[in-house]
Amino acid sequence: MSELTIERSPYVLHSGWLARPGARQQAWRTLRRSRLGLAGLVILATIATTALAAPWLAPHDPYQGSLTVSRQCPALTVCPNLGGSFARTGPTTGTTEYVLGTDVNGRDILSRIIYAARISLLVGVFAAAIGGSLGVLAGLLSGYYGGALDAVITRVADVQLAFPFILLAIVVVAVLGAGLVNVILVLGIGSWVPYARIVRGQVLSARNQEYVIAARMIGARDPVILFRHLLPNVITPAIIIATFGIAAAIIGEATLSYLGVGIQPPTPTWGNMLADGRAYVASAWWLATFPGLAIMVTVLSINMIGDWLRDFLDPRLRHIG
Amino acid sequence: MGQYIIRRLLQAVLVVFGVVTAVFFLLQLTGDPVRLMVGEGAAEEDIVNIRHQLGLDRPLPERYVTFLAAAARGDFGQSVRQGGRPAMEIVLDRYPATLRLTLLALCLSVVLALVFGLISAIRRYSAVDNVVMLLALFGQSMPNFWLGIMLILIFAVQFGWLPSQGFGEGNIKYLLLPTLTLAAPGLARLTRLVRSGMLEVLGQDYVRTARAKGLRESGVILRHALKNAAIPLVTIVGLDLGALLGGAVVTEQIFAWPGVGLEVVLAINGRDFPVVQAAVFVVATSFVLINLVVDILYTWLDPRVRLT
Repeated sequence: MSELTIERSPYVLHSGWLARPGARQQAWRTLRRSRLGLAGLVILATIATTALAAPWLAPHDPYQGSLTVSRQCPALTVCPNLGGSFARTGPTTGTTEYVLGTDVNGRDILSRIIYAARISLLVGVFAAAIGGSLGVLAGLLSGYYGGALDAVITRVADVQLAFPFILLAIVVVAVLGAGLVNVILVLGIGSWVPYARIVRGQVLSARNQEYVIAARMIGARDPVILFRHLLPNVITPAIIIATFGIAAAIIGEATLSYLGVGIQPPTPTWGNMLADGRAYVASAWWLATFPGLAIMVTVLSINMIGDWLRDFLDPRLRHIG
Repeated sequence: MGQYIIRRLLQAVLVVFGVVTAVFFLLQLTGDPVRLMVGEGAAEEDIVNIRHQLGLDRPLPERYVTFLAAAARGDFGQSVRQGGRPAMEIVLDRYPATLRLTLLALCLSVVLALVFGLISAIRRYSAVDNVVMLLALFGQSMPNFWLGIMLILIFAVQFGWLPSQGFGEGNIKYLLLPTLTLAAPGLARLTRLVRSGMLEVLGQDYVRTARAKGLRESGVILRHALKNAAIPLVTIVGLDLGALLGGAVVTEQIFAWPGVGLEVVLAINGRDFPVVQAAVFVVATSFVLINLVVDILYTWLDPRVRLT
């Protein structure tokens, strides 16, 4: 169905950017000019460092809370009055002890957000790596060999695209069982189609170029042609897709965990923290607000990097992202 | 043209066939449905009996053919939770609510994206453009379920203007927050695409020609530029519908909107796989059919496609 778009966009081939002399200096130059890209990089680096250093940075244990400080509100705010059997016993204004407040079990929200960053980044990077590898491989084979293999891969892609991605992920994870590995696998394997389509299109226009024919004529075997000669020339759009793919996987994980089929409590993830927040939205606004902000800032920084990468590597690909 | 439509139709049939096959094998992954039905501690004899009654002791290829035949009649078995009601009936009951939410969100995002995208493109690099693009970047990065919760927090909890959940007998008030939530990510993405598409087209020769022959600017923008910029967007809108249908699952969950998405999540939690299968089938098939229509519209919008 969307193969039309690909066949109608004749991407002009350009030499692999990695191999181009001075590419790194040029990247740096455009990066300095793109303030958003630079900001994205700085923000993401900060988040990644925080995630790595979580045990030293988190002020409290993310798993252990005390019911005496259940649903304490963030610093500098006045706690709403909670009546009934869930009446709060702690102070009535926020304290700097719990900067972003505490959840129902009295656990520190900030510490949980910091630990949850590890899960999100892990899922994002691995899912994009899996989806990217599968998709690029499928696209290379499909575009290079054509014929029956191409037809099968294209049809499978069509069928998969017919399922809304998140619905498919929900069902498959629910069937296979929740957990970190299954979430990564499902989000990864489920995201191969865009890579395959764009790489296939690129290979189709590249496979009759002189350098490929020349390689074939000197007797290079197919794997050498595919991975040594074609791959570097068709990888650029895949890199851009992968950047946005990391962001998409982070949102995907949060969605699955929000719906309760992703990563299970007590492991803190932004998604399952948000599910708590939805349950207490009427009494404790901070439960849902801060994990969502964490997702947004992370995804925003990755999207800003993606925008810059695309404009730098190949502005023609503006429909990606 | 006729040939293209026929080819496209056959392709759609093939995809729907693939969808049914995928749905069938999905069930095979779930393990033994009989044990789920009877629960713990049932007699081994009963399990064997039920399995025989349902034909589950047959070999896989035979069950596949039986499943295909039943699916062709729209029969996906009976709900495990709701006292043997046909799974398809349950899903079709919920379908109008989802369709209503999804189509409204689609209209909202297309209309607003055209307005904002056009303004942004015409007033490129102005303050308005910067604000719109920044908002779009944020909108694209926001998980829509978080946006939904924040909207509830502001409009339902804080101000009490709008209800936070339910269907409300079709009262428009109940529709506002879910629609906005569902529309936001697509709106953000589409706005950026309208803007960049317009900017590209505005630099073309035929736009200069239109201006040179003295057309009013509004005519140039709407008749000459927008029409051409809209062509690639039609396909994207069709494909975005997949994202909308997926987003509806989450949105319905947040607002307790009684659609297919809410039913799916309930069915998954209740291990009610016939309903899950029927729902997945209905949603995927809607997507295929709508994209079929979009592709046929496309040939009418852009005659160049017919030749390929």
